Amino acid sequence: MSNTAPEPYPGTEAPEGRTRKPEWPLWEVFVRGASGLSHRHVGSLHAPDAAAAIRSARDVYTRRNEGVSIWAVEARHIAASSPDAKGPLFEPSRDKVYRHPSFFPIPPEAGPM
Amino acid sequence: MSGPPFAPEVEFLLRLGDDALVLGQRLAEWTGRGPALEEDIALANTALDLVGEARLWLALAGEREGRGRDADALAFRRDPMDFRCLLLAQQPNRDFGHTMMRGFLFDAWHAPRLRALAGSADGRVAEIAAKTAKEAAYHLDRSRGVVVALGDGTAESHRRMQQALDRLWPLAREMFEADAADRAMAERGVAPDPSSLREGWERTVREALAEATLRVPEDGAARSGGRTGRRHTEALGHMLAVMQSLHRAHPGASW
Repeated sequence: MSNTAPEPYPGTEAPEGRTRKPEWPLWEVFVRGASGLSHRHVGSLHAPDAAAAIRSARDVYTRRNEGVSIWAVEARHIAASSPDAKGPLFEPSRDKVYRHPSFFPIPPEAGPM
Repeated sequence: MSGPPFAPEVEFLLRLGDDALVLGQRLAEWTGRGPALEEDIALANTALDLVGEARLWLALAGEREGRGRDADALAFRRDPMDFRCLLLAQQPNRDFGHTMMRGFLFDAWHAPRLRALAGSADGRVAEIAAKTAKEAAYHLDRSRGVVVALGDGTAESHRRMQQALDRLWPLAREMFEADAADRAMAERGVAPDPSSLREGWERTVREALAEATLRVPEDGAARSGGRTGRRHTEALGHMLAVMQSLHRAHPGASW
């Protein structure tokens, strides 16, 4: 056996001074609905490793023919913007509607955007 | 004691249907009780796949039998001794590791068998096999992954997987036994000879068990009698009593 004692997975350690059962890491799941579309976040799940995460994602999120491709990313590897930075990050673009590509028709041959 | 003999072709189709139905029902018994939400959902999905497969085989069995029985009649109104499922498939659930080991030993046989049946001389058989082979391949991928993870896991999970393997191993050989019905199907090109699947199964299973750091048990006394209906376990009767109770209490009920 390569792994004889239950140890916490990285990023799932109990907070200082507390104990809890070893827990599977959290994975965020992205599914591509059809060729040409981009992967979209569909939800999350717990899994011990990447292969198990993909299998569980298949069972939890693609059973009704939702996808052609699955990405699973361990949640701790996702860099997220801070809620405090919302103002400087997003507000400057609020009054710049001309940045939206809504002022010209998209040719149907372009497919899903 | 066993029921009226079935024609070889019906016997063959009932075996296909009953393995899927009975294992599907066993897996469905886990619903809401899986060790983790993700595993619970996956077990229920596998159960549904198998019950769906069973419907197709049993519908064809009923059609070929020609006595007006449809898939529901065969599933819900047949007595245990007329079932034709492997002893392996009917084993009662124990712990999760045992369930996944049972599934893996079955899947490693089921998936290649369906692939072989996709080339059957009987067009209807080939059609059903081609349709269900893909989900069976996924079941194998998943059960193999869990067997390796738990076998090569903690001391406790390793111990339980070894125990499950030791318990289930003597039941596996039944999958490769052939009787007159199997030989008739093989001669007509409808199905592969059961023994022809053994080598591939051994390879798949031994490779995974080595990866799982599990010891392959000695080939001791094999047990059989499920697929011929001659010697089912007592547990099958209990399971079918539960599975069939609704249909027997309310014949023809639908919802």
